[in-house]
Amino acid sequence: MENQKLVISPAPHVHGKNDTRRMMGDVLLALLPALVVSVLAYGWQAFVVVAFSVACCVLVEWFIQRFMLRGENTIGNLSAIVTGVLLGFNLPANIPLGLVAIAAVVAIGIGKMTYGGLGKNPFNPALVGRVFMLVAFPVAMTSFPEAVGAVSGATPLAMAKEALKAGAPVSEVLQSVNFADMFLGAKSGSLGEISVVALLLGFGWLLVRRVISWHIPVCVLGTMALFSGIMWAVNPAEYMSPLFHLLSGGAVLGAVFMATDYVTSPMTKKGMVIYAIGIGAITMLIRLWGPYPEGMSFAILIMNALVPLIDKWVRPRRFGVVKTQK
Amino acid sequence: MGSLVTTVLVVSGLGALLALLLFVVAKQFKVEEDPRIDEVEKMLPGANCGGCGFAGCRAMSEALVKREDISALYCPVGGAECMKSVATYLGKAATEQEPKVAVVRCGGSCEMRPKTNRFDGAPSCLVASSLYAGDTGCSFGCLGLGDCVAKCEFDALHINPATGLPEVDEEKCTACGACVKACPKMIIELRKKAPKGRKVYVSCVNKAKGAVARKACKVACIGCGKCAKVCPFDAITVENNLAYIDYTKCKMCRKCVVECPTGAIVEVGFPARKEAPATESQTTAKTE
Amino acid sequence: MKTFPIGGIHPSDCKEYSKDSAIERFPIPEIVTIPLAQHIGAPAVACVAKGDRVLVGQVIATAGGFVSSPIHSSVSGVVKSVDMTADAQGNLKPSVTIGVEGDEWVESIDRSKEIAKNINLTPQEIVAKISEMGIVGMGGATFPTHVKLSIPAGKKAECLIINAVECEPYLTADYRVMLELGDRLLVGARILAKAIGVDKIYIGVENNKPDAIAHLEKLAGAYLEVEIVPLKMRYPQGGEKQLIAAVTGREVPSGGLPIDVGAVVQNVGTALAVYEAVAKNKPLFERVVTVTGSTLKEPKNLLVRIGTPMSALIEYCGGMEGVGKVIAGGPMMGRAVSNVDAPVTKGTSGVLLMPTEESLRQKEGVCIRCAKCVEACPMGLEPYLLSKLTQNGDFEELERHYIADCIECGCCTFSCPSYLPLLDWVRIGKAEVMKRIRERAAAKK
Repeated sequence: MENQKLVISPAPHVHGKNDTRRMMGDVLLALLPALVVSVLAYGWQAFVVVAFSVACCVLVEWFIQRFMLRGENTIGNLSAIVTGVLLGFNLPANIPLGLVAIAAVVAIGIGKMTYGGLGKNPFNPALVGRVFMLVAFPVAMTSFPEAVGAVSGATPLAMAKEALKAGAPVSEVLQSVNFADMFLGAKSGSLGEISVVALLLGFGWLLVRRVISWHIPVCVLGTMALFSGIMWAVNPAEYMSPLFHLLSGGAVLGAVFMATDYVTSPMTKKGMVIYAIGIGAITMLIRLWGPYPEGMSFAILIMNALVPLIDKWVRPRRFGVVKTQK
Repeated sequence: MGSLVTTVLVVSGLGALLALLLFVVAKQFKVEEDPRIDEVEKMLPGANCGGCGFAGCRAMSEALVKREDISALYCPVGGAECMKSVATYLGKAATEQEPKVAVVRCGGSCEMRPKTNRFDGAPSCLVASSLYAGDTGCSFGCLGLGDCVAKCEFDALHINPATGLPEVDEEKCTACGACVKACPKMIIELRKKAPKGRKVYVSCVNKAKGAVARKACKVACIGCGKCAKVCPFDAITVENNLAYIDYTKCKMCRKCVVECPTGAIVEVGFPARKEAPATESQTTAKTE
Repeated sequence: MKTFPIGGIHPSDCKEYSKDSAIERFPIPEIVTIPLAQHIGAPAVACVAKGDRVLVGQVIATAGGFVSSPIHSSVSGVVKSVDMTADAQGNLKPSVTIGVEGDEWVESIDRSKEIAKNINLTPQEIVAKISEMGIVGMGGATFPTHVKLSIPAGKKAECLIINAVECEPYLTADYRVMLELGDRLLVGARILAKAIGVDKIYIGVENNKPDAIAHLEKLAGAYLEVEIVPLKMRYPQGGEKQLIAAVTGREVPSGGLPIDVGAVVQNVGTALAVYEAVAKNKPLFERVVTVTGSTLKEPKNLLVRIGTPMSALIEYCGGMEGVGKVIAGGPMMGRAVSNVDAPVTKGTSGVLLMPTEESLRQKEGVCIRCAKCVEACPMGLEPYLLSKLTQNGDFEELERHYIADCIECGCCTFSCPSYLPLLDWVRIGKAEVMKRIRERAAAKK
């Protein structure tokens, strides 16, 4: 019995089934339906963009980790792949591959590795990449190929914004929109955001696997619905309905997959609710009165910046402080 | 043209206004401090190691300036020279202390002290020691997880991968005592620094009975007391089955080294002896 | 169904290995080593010397203070030594080693099988008896029971809660006691209630033991003051504060004691020991120990004399083959054992063997701020932050983040997807902060 070397470690001696790899794998699986829809809508070129984006992100992360940070290989935790897919989802299907590579360098290089890699970045890397592209290459980022079944190459949000600005009444704009098509995915847009139903399927999976909680997505979308609902109720001739806002643009993609990024969202449930309400409100402000038709990416990045503050102010409810104190 | 002029005027005006504001605030809230504190701080090494017992060099300087009697204050890093210059500047009496160096009192290398189990927790001696006695049969010796190395501000401590024990680089060690505080097993001691790095010390802290200690480690002190008997200067005491050499009394005659049956007493920095005693392998292993 | 308010995890309970094996009396070994510090507080002081003859149940060490407990011999025979011996973690601790000769009990112990239901002692007499018989908390914390029963002036106990949760995976000792010795357990609980002067007894049992709930319900039918409270399975329900919250809905205030909300909690094993001590005059010198693990041929629940080496129990149940780690206690809070020859003590609720492939931890990753630890913490703390602050040595900040509230249940480390040793660090930080708090309190005096 003596020559056996026993392992000594502090308690606990068992571990839950949850680990980073499994959770990232679940996120990838949850993104799969949206990818399938985008391929159906835009053809194989959508898949090529996503695959290329993933390849670039992984390569950039490996390169920086190997030669600049000189740390261990971190590809195994799958986070670079998730960022790659999300970045691809935020690009139009006809974007030149060279631009995808630039986006990947910005997303991983500047958005993530500059801060030291996974877990240390304050901003969502995929969104850093997207917003950079939006500012640097506005034309390439906003001219979408016509998706199968879509009415035109312009996104519903851009169309509505243009039309409303030109003074057309809401009723006229609504004629060109079909809510069922928007829900299923027959609309133009970045390749991952077009099908709401596919994204909601992914949300369901993430909830079932307990990867994320409902708080952020529901509060983001709820705030957007409330905000746009009030405006719509006040003046239905000038503002689009809440349903239109929820089904258009990156609302669902952002709320389910981007805003819920662990690294850049708050640590407490209460904090998550505050953060999500902020995202919903800022998104609507930009959509209704800002220069851009879509505001989700900016809203998430702005709230990302506030996360440390939220975490400082909002503490979890501690045991033994609520009821017993007078 | 007109707009250019306005712009220049507005910007410079704003600049002047803010400068004035800064000036007023700086004057108003200026903290009066003894200028000697700054001077003394410059004389100190600036390592902020805490070896003096204060939070940093600034706190030490304040104490040096404010206290009448500074005999209790000593900067181990700057040493006697530094203390002397500070004392001269302040016109107070300097403290003299012998230069010291950190000594790791454990010789239980992997070879001498076989591992009996495997530690698998956060890599810290503090974590391991709060959990159990250690990954060898010896419950007193070095855990080898390097808390002392992590705390050393001067890069003077390193774990030797061959022995699994920390080694002190005498050149770099300033005797600040951070490692002494960091070691949960209280193995590291500050001892007198002698020329050529010479030292004679008991490289063991095992307080278990002889047979138990010996079973766990080949070079353990078994508390036999032979060293104490042979010491001509009365420098060695044996308490709780463990010998200790008082460095203020030890004259480094090295009689105890020869007498020690397990090789727990170590000599460092001496020329090799003619007939190799039993402790030879130890001596070379310990010599930097 | 009731449960505690925040945090918690759901480890797989793994009780199937040993839950159906009835309590078996383990043969008396040839030599026992009885440590003098088997409880929290001052170690007991040996009152026998080498060569003395002792009987089963004879005092061999007297209490070393109020927060302390006497130690009784678990065997009859001759004292071989009173010396330092290595405990389960390899640290040298004072202990008495006794060579066994026969099995002769002290005469005052009532060894009849019949159950004494009526106790005619005053509360003071009961507490004195419990103190004298060396009863300590047997769930693992080993806090001397008589101290817990001494209600401080100005406080009033309102209910007694029997902790029958056994939320640690694998362990089944309490479960077997409930099934086999439930009637004695209930008498023990009533004695405890009398000692603290309450007339309400709750017995909290998790719903993964439906047969124990049903059995106790049936037995408790005779006693109006006893209420069996089924609880929804969730770890750490057996934590004292969690159990009180689950059963009564009251939360012990931060930094407070259970008595602040009028509750006194005692473990099943303790209640049984109290019955035996008060009704049968039998000191605490044996206990039920679960010996379990997936590698064992025959996992068992054994009634073991204190001082029996753990290695003997392991050998009896199938040996060390394929074992990489031995744990004294359960897998969530039990301590890894480096010296398997160390003895079973009053606090050893189980000996758990982990197979080699489950013994090592997974490689540590980086914190991805997933907040799973915050979600899991039953005290509402932020383990990721506490761990980081400890590594930075920022103890003032740690205190501001209530590290002293930590109950070291291990939920954070269990749920961390990056396998960070959160609790390893938090424990260190907590120890340092507690030290500072004590020093401050001492300085104030």
